[in-house]
Formats: sequence, C-alpha cells, structure tokens
Amino acid sequence: MEQSGKLKMKCQNLSKTFRTPNGSFEVLKDLTFDVRENEFLVIFGPGQCGKTTLLYMLAGLEGCTAGTVEHNGQLVEEPHHSRAVVYQTMALFPWMTVKRNVGFSQKVRKVDKQKREQDTQKFIDLVGLTGFENSYPVQLSGGMKQRVGIARAYCGDPDVLLMDEPFGHLDAQTRYMMQESLENIWENEKRTVVFVTNNIEEALYLADRIILLTDCPGQICKEYTIDMPRPRSLVDPEFLRLRKEITQQMNANESNSLSAGNRAEMEQK
Amino acid sequence: MTKQKKLFAFRMKIISICALFGFFLFWYLVTDVWKLAPETLLPSPLKALETGITKWSVKKPDGSTLPQHIFASLRVSLLGFCFGAVIGVPLGIMMAWWEKADMCLKPVFDFVRTIPPIAWIPIMIILLGIGVVAKASIVFLSAFIPCVVNSYTGIKSTKKVHIWVGQTFGASKTRLLFKVAIPSALPYIFTGLKVSLNSSWGSLVAAEMLGSDSGLGYMIQLGRLLCRADLIIVGMVVIGIMGTILSAILDFMEMKLVKGAV
Repeated sequence: MEQSGKLKMKCQNLSKTFRTPNGSFEVLKDLTFDVRENEFLVIFGPGQCGKTTLLYMLAGLEGCTAGTVEHNGQLVEEPHHSRAVVYQTMALFPWMTVKRNVGFSQKVRKVDKQKREQDTQKFIDLVGLTGFENSYPVQLSGGMKQRVGIARAYCGDPDVLLMDEPFGHLDAQTRYMMQESLENIWENEKRTVVFVTNNIEEALYLADRIILLTDCPGQICKEYTIDMPRPRSLVDPEFLRLRKEITQQMNANESNSLSAGNRAEMEQK
Repeated sequence: MTKQKKLFAFRMKIISICALFGFFLFWYLVTDVWKLAPETLLPSPLKALETGITKWSVKKPDGSTLPQHIFASLRVSLLGFCFGAVIGVPLGIMMAWWEKADMCLKPVFDFVRTIPPIAWIPIMIILLGIGVVAKASIVFLSAFIPCVVNSYTGIKSTKKVHIWVGQTFGASKTRLLFKVAIPSALPYIFTGLKVSLNSSWGSLVAAEMLGSDSGLGYMIQLGRLLCRADLIIVGMVVIGIMGTILSAILDFMEMKLVKGAV
C-alpha cells in the first residue's frame, strides 16, 4: 500500500455534535486519519454511524464541531471544486441532458467551450454512456444515473473524489457491475477517492485501505490495508478471510454499543 | 403505441364527443321540443348559435360587435397578466433567495394576498375610473399574487443536494440562482403562471361587469339588463373558449421550456 504516497487530506481530532430539540447528539468523535494521493480509501461502518456526515465534512459542506480537515495543507472551510462529491441518489439535474449534467462543473467555472465538450465526451465514454449524451436523467436506469454522477464528478477535474454510498440504492446485480466499472474507471483515471459504504463486499472489492468506524458516536475502530491484487475475486480465500475478520470485528462493536445503549436507556428511566 | 391502445384511445374520444352531443341534445329537447322554459329565460341552442353568428358583425344592443368585445377583454387581461408575471415572478424568486427581501416584503405581501382581487374593484374605480388602467390593475393584482406565491415555493423547494452540487463545483451564489434554483423551480413557476392566467381572466370579467363600457363581461351584464339570455349564453361560451385557448398557449410554452420533467 502507498503508505509512502503523498499526503492529500489530513483529518485531526474531528468531532461532530448535532444539536436537536431533544438534546445534543454526538455523531463523530475524535477521528484522526490521513488520505494519501491516489489511494482508494473506504470508510466502512454500520448503519447510522455518521459516515455521510464525515464525507460532507471532508467536502466542506458540513462544519466540524471540533478538529480540523486539511486538503493539500489548506484548511477546509467551504466546498471547493477540487473536491467533487458523488451523492447517493437524485443528485442529477433533471432539467439537463446527460451531456450538460456532466459538463456542468466546467460550465460553472466558465472553462472554454472546446475543452468542456472534449472532457465531457471523454468522461461519458469512460463511464460507458456513449450514445446517451442527449438523454434526460428521467430516461435512465438507476445504475446509469450513478454513472452520470461519477462522470460529472470526474469532469470537474477534482483533486479528491468523495463518494457517498453511490451504489446504496441499486439492486445487487447492478451493484456488482457498478463496482467493476468504478474500479476500471479508477484504474484508467487515477484519483484520490474516499468512498463511504456499509457493504463489506463493496469495501473489500474496491479499497486500498479500509477505515472501520464504530456505531454512534463514530470512532475509528480499526484500519485495514488491503493489498490483494486487482481485479479481486469475491470468493478468493484471502477475500473471504478478511471479510470474516471485519464482520466479526463489527459485530463485536455492535454488541458493545448495544449494551452501552441499553445501559444509557436504563439510566434515563 | 400498440394497435390495441390506439383503439382504446379512439373509443374514449368517441365517448367524449357523444357526451358533448348528448348535452346539446338535452338542451335542445328542453327548450325547442318540450318547451319547458320560456325562450326569453332559456333560449334554445339553435337560437344561441344564431345570436353568436349575427353578433359577429352587429353592434346592437350593446354598442360593439363580438370581436370588439373579445379584443377589449384580451387587451386588458393580457396587459394585467403580463405585468403581473413580469413583476410577480422575479419578486417571488427574490423573496425566496434573499432573506432580507423576504423579511421586508413578506409581511406586506401576506396581508395583501388575503384580500380577494375582486374586493379591490371599488377602490380602483374611485381612484382610476372605469378605463383600461383600472381594469388592468385589478387583473394585475389577481395575476401577481399566484406568480409570487408559486415562484417563492419553487425556489424554496430546490433540493438541497442540487445546491450542494453547485457549491462543490464552485458556483457563486448568483450562478447557483440562475443555473440551479431557477431551472429547478421552473415547473412551479409555470403552475403559478397558469393559476394567474385563470384568475386574471376571472377577475377581468368581474371588473367588466361592475364598471366598464366594453368587453365580454360588460356584454353579458348588459344581456341581463336587457333580458337577452341568448346574448348572455353567447358571452359565456366565448369567455370559456378564450380561457381555454390562453391556457393551451401556456401549456405549449411549458412543454417547450420545462425539460426532463418526471
């Protein structure tokens, strides 16, 4: 693993607390980790452990209660086009064709038209949507929509790609296909990727490194470096061994936090 | 479309046409055949048709031909409607986008919009008389309010994730408004325009009935004074047809402008 790779992003003692009418609610607690150049980092954790919140904090869409996020040595305070986000669903503009959706980031920054059209076509081809340039999102399937989302993120020529469970709403078969394509795309166009998921197979299939979060409040529980050769097989013995190990680790966390949760409830009563 | 579907659609159309004919047949039977109502109160459809045709070129009894009435009404209503849309839509967008504008204008607007446009008629007649300006102002008020309300709602319902997409790609606040918020509000804005058009057409007829010397509303009001039920019916039918045409124009524009709707 590229432990030696250049440092891209740096999170230090990151915490997030939401204030709700029912009191404050700690989502993330004291996270410290690095993101290195061109690595595929997967943040993996159970249901509602604040993975999405963490990703939005990396993007600058969400402020942090404590701690800092740095990108290339600069403090992240607001969204910037060098950090593109692929969202869960419904993030495409329904009033724009595939082509205009993909070219949007460059259009917003007034990139010259010729380069824009060139890049747009390149990334539409890369995600395998050649021929659908003039379709509207409503005419596309769920998997195709997410392909557009990925192409759109790439087309802004970002330094870091942040992906928030992009395949979470797809059926199992499409999901496998999308994982394969994403790996291909990434092999062709290396970028630094931070990918959030709650699917262990997805994490193991894609990751160079997995950060395992505990349930609420999300804390870093363990880090795994995955150096299996690509493309990986879902039934490779090493794959299955890691899968078992991580699942066990997660279940152990869960039972801990469950009993802790019960205790807290009892105390409230 | 498959053959079966086509056949089904065709059959539905036949049923609709039959129903329409059935209505006229019933009307004809009640008036001309069974003679259930005196002709001065409820004229037969044939009589109404005849009046409609002669009214096309005859100025009696109300002083203008039918095309002149139509023209007078259209002029006032389009004038009021266009002003209402041109001022109302940007105002609604502004109020939804800039909080300061919202705070300044919302209280006034929320109060004004509870007053029905028709309630403005007396004050408008006192202030502006019974000319085009007075009627256009009333039409303006009734068109303006739905435009503001719907544009406001449209901008406010812009999906958060769409705003985020714009922000992460480095769009400035103005670009966000023009590239993201307004396009995503467009369906709402069109709904507002359609509601405006309907209500402006409605309040126009009311304004013409209360104070005017021409227009379709004036014509049917005079028909009542002269006990000319046939004239009233002709006026009502023309009002209905004109309203339908105007809505159809807006529907067409919406179809051309709003893309990729779900």
